[in-house]
Amino acid sequence: MNDLNWMQIVSALALIMFIVILFPATLDKLKNSPQGTSQEWMGFISILVVILLFIAFLISLV
Amino acid sequence: MNQNYTTIAQKSSSVLATNKILRNTYMLLSLTLLFSGFTAALSMFMNMPPMTYLISVIGGMVIAMFVLPRFAHSTAGIGIVFLITGMLGFGLGPILTMYASLPNGGNIITLSLAGTGVIFLGLSAYALATRKDFSFLGGFLMVGFLLVLLAAIANIFLAIPAMSLAISAVVIMIMSGFILYDTSRIIHGGETNYVLATIGLYMTIFNIFISLLQILGIMGNDD
Repeated sequence: MNDLNWMQIVSALALIMFIVILFPATLDKLKNSPQGTSQEWMGFISILVVILLFIAFLISLV
Repeated sequence: MNQNYTTIAQKSSSVLATNKILRNTYMLLSLTLLFSGFTAALSMFMNMPPMTYLISVIGGMVIAMFVLPRFAHSTAGIGIVFLITGMLGFGLGPILTMYASLPNGGNIITLSLAGTGVIFLGLSAYALATRKDFSFLGGFLMVGFLLVLLAAIANIFLAIPAMSLAISAVVIMIMSGFILYDTSRIIHGGETNYVLATIGLYMTIFNIFISLLQILGIMGNDD
């Protein structure tokens, strides 16, 4: 088994461990988070669009 | 009348407490970022092998998840934050060395740093200025993060560059959401511990920087 395969397997195991650890907290957040209004969600989506445009701008500078 | 004075006094004391947490959080965050920069430079100078990144990230995350919460309310918590951020910075060394060796590597690293700074400062300023409550994002961000982790596991074995790009872009979106969510939690009293607030914000900055490096590295590579 070469170095790369060893690192791939350890990375995958670490990610699986993080998923298992974070899963209960995720369920808890899903149950207990307040519902956002459509206006709040639209505000958040607008922010994400601005960030996407900013990333595209950064790519154009490389 | 007395009740009004009491309410006003309680409100102003709550605002003062929030401002103190914000000030301490940003102060500790600045110091940990500087320390990370130092350990990253040290790691580059020592020419550490690529596996350093993997070991540092896993070690840092394990300490952040299992050790830090036990000491977050004591002075030892500050030392542990520096240990975690120092480890993560040290892990960045080989990655930065790899990007620096690319023909336009210096440009990619500089743009990733600047981009991370602009995203973090912009979103923090937005959350602080508007004082909006972003607590509704909690479940969405956690589910999104888990889905990204699943996609990342799949791509470890599939190794599709387009999928790496998509994952990095989604990570930046999710981490941006976490900046709004975490800052809003501090403002609205949901997070009263500046040590935990610092590590949360540090992780978002770290992930945005790594993802931007990956996106700009792939897009800026002509080969």
